[in-house]
This record gives sequence, C-alpha cells and structure tokens, in this order.
Amino acid sequence: MSPEPESGIPDTQYSVLSTQYGDESPDSPVLAEAARSWRSAYVHIPFCARRCPYCDFAVVAADEAGGMDTRRYVDALVAEIDMEPDPSELHAVNLGGGTPTRLRPVDLARIIDSLDHRFGIADDAEISIEANPEDWTPAFARDLRRIGFDRVSFGIQSFDPAVLEALGRTHSPREAEQAIEAARSADFSNVNIDLIYGTPGETDESWRRSVDRAIELDPEHLSSYALTVEGGTALSRAVLAGAPAPDPDQQADRYEHVDEAARSAGLVRYEVSNWARPGHICRYNLSTWMMGEFSAFGTGTHDHRGGVRARNIRRLDAYLDRVEMGARPRSGSECLDEFDSERERFMVGLRLAAGVRPGSIGGPFVASDEGRRLVDAGVIGARGGRVVVLKPLLTDLVARSVLSVSPADC
Amino acid sequence: MTAPSRIRNFSIIAHIDHGKSTLADRLLERTGAISERDMREQVLDDMDLERERGITIKANAVRIDYTAVSGDTYQLNLIDTPGHVDFSYEVSRSLEACEGAVLVVDASQGVEAQTLANAYMAIEEGLEIIPVVNKIDLPAADPDRAAEELAGVLGGTPDEVIRVSAKTGAGIDELLEAIIDRLPPPEGDEDAPLRALVFDSFYDTYRGVVSHVRIVDGSIATRDAIRFMATNLDVDADELGIRRPSTEVVERLGTGEVGYLITGVKQIDLIRVGDTVTHTRRETGEALPGYQEPKPMVFSGLFPTDGDDFERLREALDKLRLNDSSLVFQAETSRALGFGFRVGFLGLLHMEIVRERLEREYDLELVATAPSVAYRANLTTGEQVPVRSPQDLPDAAGLASIEEPYVKVMIITPSEFIGTVMELVQQRRGEMGEMTYLSPERAELHYRMPLAEIVFDFFDQLKTGTRGYASLDYEPDDYRVSDLVRVNILLNGLPVDAFSTIVHRDKAYTYGKAMVGRLRELIPRQLFDVPIQAAIGTRIISRETIKARRKDVTAKCYGGDITRKRKLLERQKEGKRRMKMVGQVEVPQEAFVAALKLET
Ligand SMILES: Nc1nc2c(ncn2[C@@H]2O[C@H](COP(=O)(O)OP(=O)(O)OP(=O)(O)O)[C@@H](O)[C@H]2O)c(=O)[nH]1
Ligand code: SF4
Ligand SMILES: [Mg+2]
Repeated sequence: MSPEPESGIPDTQYSVLSTQYGDESPDSPVLAEAARSWRSAYVHIPFCARRCPYCDFAVVAADEAGGMDTRRYVDALVAEIDMEPDPSELHAVNLGGGTPTRLRPVDLARIIDSLDHRFGIADDAEISIEANPEDWTPAFARDLRRIGFDRVSFGIQSFDPAVLEALGRTHSPREAEQAIEAARSADFSNVNIDLIYGTPGETDESWRRSVDRAIELDPEHLSSYALTVEGGTALSRAVLAGAPAPDPDQQADRYEHVDEAARSAGLVRYEVSNWARPGHICRYNLSTWMMGEFSAFGTGTHDHRGGVRARNIRRLDAYLDRVEMGARPRSGSECLDEFDSERERFMVGLRLAAGVRPGSIGGPFVASDEGRRLVDAGVIGARGGRVVVLKPLLTDLVARSVLSVSPADC
Repeated sequence: MTAPSRIRNFSIIAHIDHGKSTLADRLLERTGAISERDMREQVLDDMDLERERGITIKANAVRIDYTAVSGDTYQLNLIDTPGHVDFSYEVSRSLEACEGAVLVVDASQGVEAQTLANAYMAIEEGLEIIPVVNKIDLPAADPDRAAEELAGVLGGTPDEVIRVSAKTGAGIDELLEAIIDRLPPPEGDEDAPLRALVFDSFYDTYRGVVSHVRIVDGSIATRDAIRFMATNLDVDADELGIRRPSTEVVERLGTGEVGYLITGVKQIDLIRVGDTVTHTRRETGEALPGYQEPKPMVFSGLFPTDGDDFERLREALDKLRLNDSSLVFQAETSRALGFGFRVGFLGLLHMEIVRERLEREYDLELVATAPSVAYRANLTTGEQVPVRSPQDLPDAAGLASIEEPYVKVMIITPSEFIGTVMELVQQRRGEMGEMTYLSPERAELHYRMPLAEIVFDFFDQLKTGTRGYASLDYEPDDYRVSDLVRVNILLNGLPVDAFSTIVHRDKAYTYGKAMVGRLRELIPRQLFDVPIQAAIGTRIISRETIKARRKDVTAKCYGGDITRKRKLLERQKEGKRRMKMVGQVEVPQEAFVAALKLET
C-alpha cells in the first residue's frame, strides 16, 4: 500500500548511487542516500591503557588479566580479514576501539595492507583512526599518514582537567591541543574532536570553555556525546551507590549550547551527536546509519552483509583461539525479514538531520495516533519528502513510537 | 446416597488467619481424603491468588468420609470459609448450607472482631456451634484465656471448647468425634419434592455453568428434568458430583447432601446463586428463601486499557459474577477513560481481588479509578439521587445537601490501646457507642462512623496504632448529612474524572495536595509541560507542573550497535504498554492505583 495519501510525504526515489562525496552539505539527503551504497570496513582494536569508568566497550586494559599480546591479535585480525568470503572495494575504513593508537605503526600498516589486499581500498577512500591524544606524537602522525590514514578522531572529551580526571582520562588539555597540531602538521585534512558533556562535576561554564577551545582548534568534524551510565561499568556502580548521576535537563542545556556554537562556527549537524564541515562527514558512520553494508573484524564487532547482521566473539582469548583454529570467530547472527529491516532503516534514519525516506513505514507511522501526536507537538515533521526529527534530543522517543507500527499497517 | 442421620454439614469459621484452612487440611488428612503425597498446606486454597496471598478468598466445599469411634461411617460436608471482612458474604452463604459451624480461635490472639461477627451470623442462622481453640502449639498460646473468651461469647463453659493444633494434629480426633456427637444431622424431608439450594457457582468454558447445591428436601438423580425456580429455567441434570476435593461423578444426591450440578446451560444470567432447584414434574410449592444480596461498600470504575476490550470486560464480569455473587456493576462512560463499568465491591481487598481475577482469568488489562462510597445527593427540588461516583454529584446550584453512609463499627483491642483507638476514631469523625470487656485485658468498642473514613486506610492505621493487636468489623448503618465537597483533579487543564473524589470539606486541601503531589511523581514527563491542579468547583487549591521531557536519546549509535539498540528500544516500549491516554497525556497504570492508596 502506498503511504502517500495518509502522510502527505511523497516517497522520493534517489538516483544518486555514486561514491563521490563532493562538497555536499553534511545534512544533504542526496549525500545520505548515496551513502547506502558505500562499502566499508571496521576493525576493532580492544586494547586500552586502562578502562575508563564509563566505558562498556569490548576492551582489554593493560592492567587486566589477559595481557596485551597485540602482535598475536594483529595476526588474528589479518587472518580474519583473509577469511572474508565476498570482498568488494572499500570506500571507508575505520579503526576503532579500544585504543587503536596503542598499536605500533607497523601493525597498523599490516591491517590496512591486508584490507587492501583482500578487498581493495578505493583511491579516494576515507581511512580513519580513533586516537587518544597522549599516544599521538608528530612522528606517529607522519607514519600513519604514510600508511594511508587521512582522518583522525581524537577522544579529547573535555578541556577541563577536573572533568578529564572524573572521566578517568590520562591526557591533559595541553596534550590534546598538541595532538591536533601534530595531526595538522602531518597533513591530516580531516580531524574530529570527541567531547563528552554532563559529567558529574562539570559546570555550564566549564562546558562552554571546552566547546570554545574545541572550536578554536578548527576541526573539520565534531562529535559531542552525553555521558551515559551503562550497566556494569564503574560509573554505574558508583551511581547505584549514590554518586550523582548525569542530569538529563542539564545535558539538554549542554547539547543546545554545543549545537549553537558548532553551527555558528560553520559546522553542520548531520546526526544527533555529529557535526561536520561540508565534504567532511564521516563516511563510515554515515553509511552504517544508512544501512550500508560493512564488514567488521576483531572482538565483539558486528557486521552487516546481505541483510544479515553477524557478531563476533567478544572475549579476546576465545576470539584468538577460534581464528587460530582457522575458523571465523562468529558468536551469532540475525537475519532480518523485510519488515524488520525496513523498520530498522527507518528508526536509525531518524537520527540523521537529512531525515529518512518514509518507505513503507513512514506513512502509516505519521498517520498513527502516536505519530500524529509527535507531529502536533513539533517533534517530527516532513521536509523534502522525508520524515525529519525536529527535536533531535527526542529521537529515541520517536523511534519507540515507530515500534507500534505493525506489518499489518503497512 | 447416605442416610441423613449419617451426614454432618458444617462450615469452619473464624477471624482471618486463625487457621481454618490449615484445620481443614488436618481433617482431610485424618480421614484419608487426601494422600500424603498430594497434601500441601491449605490445600483447599486452590486459587493462585489465594496461594500467593496466603488467605482464603472463596469458600470451598468438600466431602469426607469419617469412621467414628463407634464404628459407624459418616459423610462430612465441610466448607472452609474466608476470614477477611470483605468476604463475609461467602461465610453467610456457606452457613445457609449447613447445620453446624466450627468456630476457630487462635490461642495466641483470642477472640477478634470477625470471630464475633461470624459467631453471631451462625447463631442467627440457628446453627450448632463447636468452639475450637487452635494453635495451642504456639509458645505464645494462652488456650485458657481464649477458651474463656469463647465461652463468654457463646454463653457456654470453657470445658466445651476443644483445643487443637492444626499444625501438629493434636486434638483433631476429639474434634471429629464432637462433629458427630454435637452437630445435628440435616433435617430435610426425604420424601418431599426436591428442594436444592444453589449456594455457589462458577463458569466452565466447556461445561457451562457449574452450580454447587445443597439438597434440602428430596433427592436428585442424573438426567432428572429440573427447574431453576427464580428464572423458570427447565433443563436436565447432565451431571452430578462431589468434591473430595478431586471431583467424583455420582448418580444421585440425597437429602442433606452437598455436591455440584451441571446442566450444560451456558447463558450465565439464567442461573443465580440463592436460587432453588426442583423437579419439573413434581415441583415444590415453596422455594427456599435464598440470600439477601450484600450491599456494596465501595464503588470504582473499571476501564479496559484498550478501549476495544469493553465487550470482553462485560463478558468477564458476567462470568465472574457467577463465582462472586456479591459483584454488582453497570456500564459507565468516563471522559478520560472511555467506556467501562462502575463496579460495587465489599471493600478494598475485594476490589483488588476482583481486578486481579479479571486481569488473570480473563486476560484483560484494566484501569481502576479511585474508589468511592455511595453518597446521596438531596436536590433543591426535594428529589434524592444516588451518587456512586464523584461524577454523579449534581452541580452546586441544584444541590441542597449531601448524605454519606455510616457504619456500625466494632473494634476489639487490648485494654492498653483503648486511648489510642479512641483518638484515631475521633479523627475519623467516629461517635463512641458502648464498650464492653471480653476479659479484663481486652475490650470490645462500638462506634458509628462514616464508611468513607474506615474503608480506605483506617484498618492499617488501627493496626499500626495497636501494634497489630486490634481487629475490626463493620456493617452498614444509616445515611447522614455531611459537609462534603468534590475535589476535581485537572490534568493539563482537563478534569480527570478518574482522580476526582468526594471528601469532607476539612480534608479537601490535604487530599488535593497529596493527590497532585503523587501524580507529579508518577506521571512521566511528556512532550509538553503538564500542569496538575486540584480544584473545588472553580477554585484551585493545589498545583504542580510536570516539566516537558527534553532528552530521550542515546548519545551514540554506531553500525555495530544497531541490533542492541533496537532491542533496548523494544524493551523500553514494552515497559510503556500499561499507559492510558488521558487527553493528550500518557498516564501509567500506577497513577490510577496510587490514587486508590492515597494517605491523607
Ligand atoms: N503454629 C501454628 N500455626 C498454625 C496453626 N494453624 C494455622 N497456623 C498458621 O496460621 C497461618 C494462617 O493459617 P490459615 O489456615 O491460612 O488461616 P485461615 O483462617 O484459613 O486464614 P483465612 O482463610 O485467610 O482467613 C498459617 O501460617 C498457618 O500455617 C497451628 O495450629 N499452629
Ligand atoms: S579509552 Fe575509550 S575504549 Fe578505552 S576504556 Fe576509555 S573509553 Fe573505553
Ligand atoms: Mg483460609
């Protein structure tokens, strides 16, 4: 059934299926739809100097049992990459973690080489790495540039020493600035700064200063996340024991502040928590949000290939054992039916400033009781034939409402 | 069929928790009615809700065979009854089917309010009573004092009181002999036309209505053509049987016997508890007196969370009424909640149980509105109208006065707490009546009080104030004019009938403030600011605002996370299911429940 009559939102078809990223505005629907066809790869490096109190990623800290045999892990990664059954040329590569910058350049080079060998990396591909400022020296930056990395994302989090300490981060604000200078002098043309707001102890004032300093450093890309209390972390234990939890209203204020500051500095918000200059969106992220296909390697990763999401073993020792036995280190997979994958596309797409193509879900959703209430309250709207969340801080509320739409409605 | 002289029919009655069901366990066990393997505690409490709460809710009739010391075998039909005041209608119906009652008193507690209330009921029915002191095994037991109190109540001597422990089994043999020796056999006329009393019933999806009957005169056999006299329903007796407690089909039920009757009738309204069954071809001239319908004490609106379930709710109420004949209801419409029913209950526990049974046994999701007693409005025209819901209250302009129901209250308390009880009762607008001493240590206090003052949280406060020692019973009295007002609760500017209440003017402010405060805590933040106000007429007496929700988003979402994120959203969505839209505001079930439990 066509959704158009109810929603008034025409289901625009996008013909752009190119890999050219151009100078489109980061929030461009054309760009977003193009991202669906980009192929990317994610490589997870689970090692960290120590575990930050708020972190629930699959990481191994240097001081935790299991040790840091990074060499063995890289061997396993290379082996896993070689097992990829159906490679095709990559438009984006992302090394995340954990802390990828804890690997030596030679190991990072092996990873990129094996991806290139197995998949082929497009000449104009984005090759991005997540970095902790304290690891990032000018020499290291130059080495990475030579390996092919052209984008670096710094986990700076804050420029307030007290907040950094509360977050368990070991770098200083000065080190953060030096890291960015090093990236610049090594000719990284796409630098991202990660910030975290709402840390207990942070004030409006110190947040404002952090944002100002981040923007003065003139990054091409900015990610700004609310501190989230994830179950099982040291932070959540502290909160359960009575420590102050982040306050959602305060976090809303901080979000509004960073959004405004970024905007006036010429950065365009293209996802709930991400801003970029034209031509500098994170291709890897945008394509995954658009349900593009990607491969993923390393502990605890998930990929998305041919309508199937498979996940890897999370525990390092088990992962290594499996790969060394010559098997793919899978721990499970999920195959989505047409309705589920359409709904997923719609729900995730809501996070994008470009909005989401209504497809078969958007019409019934906007016409539903819950959808109409959201329209009336100015939370969602239609723009250029797409459903757009006008209050990005309420995106999950909208997504939950989408769950009320059943296949029978479509 | 057993000769009436070899039958004894009795109910076990007592104050709540004094051990009726446990005593029934021992009787079943001692007579071999139930094997050791199948035995569990309070085996007759077979409803899930009874087991979860550890109380009896439904009276339960069961037949046992007992071979007396004399060598003769007797048929005993025992009915285990509930002790809670809300279920006293179950007791009165059970007594109607019996010649005797075993009145149980906990040796560590002594006579309590429902001991007296139930004893008086049995005396009024002309039943022979065997007084029993239970729990003599308890270290805190004082069997002598309990026996003395019991003898005082019944006008007998303490040595007539049988002392047992339903836990250890001590005294059970003596009790069984006393049941044979002291209780009279049924008196009915075996040759007279059939008269059978329907004292309980329930609905079985496959078999239709199942009636529990006590044969008063004559006898009934399978395939007999019978008539339900009140509704003039002519049917065949498809199946007769007894419960032991597992069901056993029998060919015939004779005079004095108790059993069940299935006719295949599925139209619920054709079979009524209290009706008389007779033979079509040999009809009795005189139906049994049946039962007086109990008067509901509190009313509350029950609304399906999903408006489409209204008809299912009606059907469920109809079916439940078969098993709970104290239930009364009529359709009602609420501006906030849509179509539902105004249901009358015998008390708050009854209300809770009915609601839970509807939800569990009929798979419904319900919202219940704040309970209210039944007021009466006197109009300036001289007319009087019933007010069962705050919405029924006419506008102030046409209203001359409001009357509220009063009840006669009986409180039994250790003497040391008399002062506390008096104070509490005074705060609740109670009027002192007589006071008598059951023993030097324990007093029986009588009051008249507005029903609205005791039905909600009075009992809890009484228990707290007397360290759990006082007990309470009450029965309807008359109506009196009082200074009452309706407090309306406005959500986002709209009055929500489900939350409005009629209260005494002196308590209106406290009520309004407490209600507004509770709702502010319980209603989650919405897409916009939601003011909550309490008002009397147009005058706002309290106000709070629920600030709009500003942030509801996971900060970070990356490709690998999408499955996990979707599952998280699904779980959160699931948690939101029990929300009811009231105007533009999503209100969780708990908010309606909290309104019921508001302490003022
Ligand atoms: N020690 C001791 N405990 C007993 C005895 N009889 C009953 N109890 C306990 O008293 C509690 C109440 O027993 P029930 O048999 O459920 O009481 P009841 O009178 O049927 O209660 P309602 O049906 O709710 O009115 C349970 O915990 C029993 O185990 C007894 O003789 N001795
Ligand atoms: S550095 Fe990043 S990945 Fe490592 S523990 Fe801290 S937050 Fe987690
Ligand atoms: Mg019981």
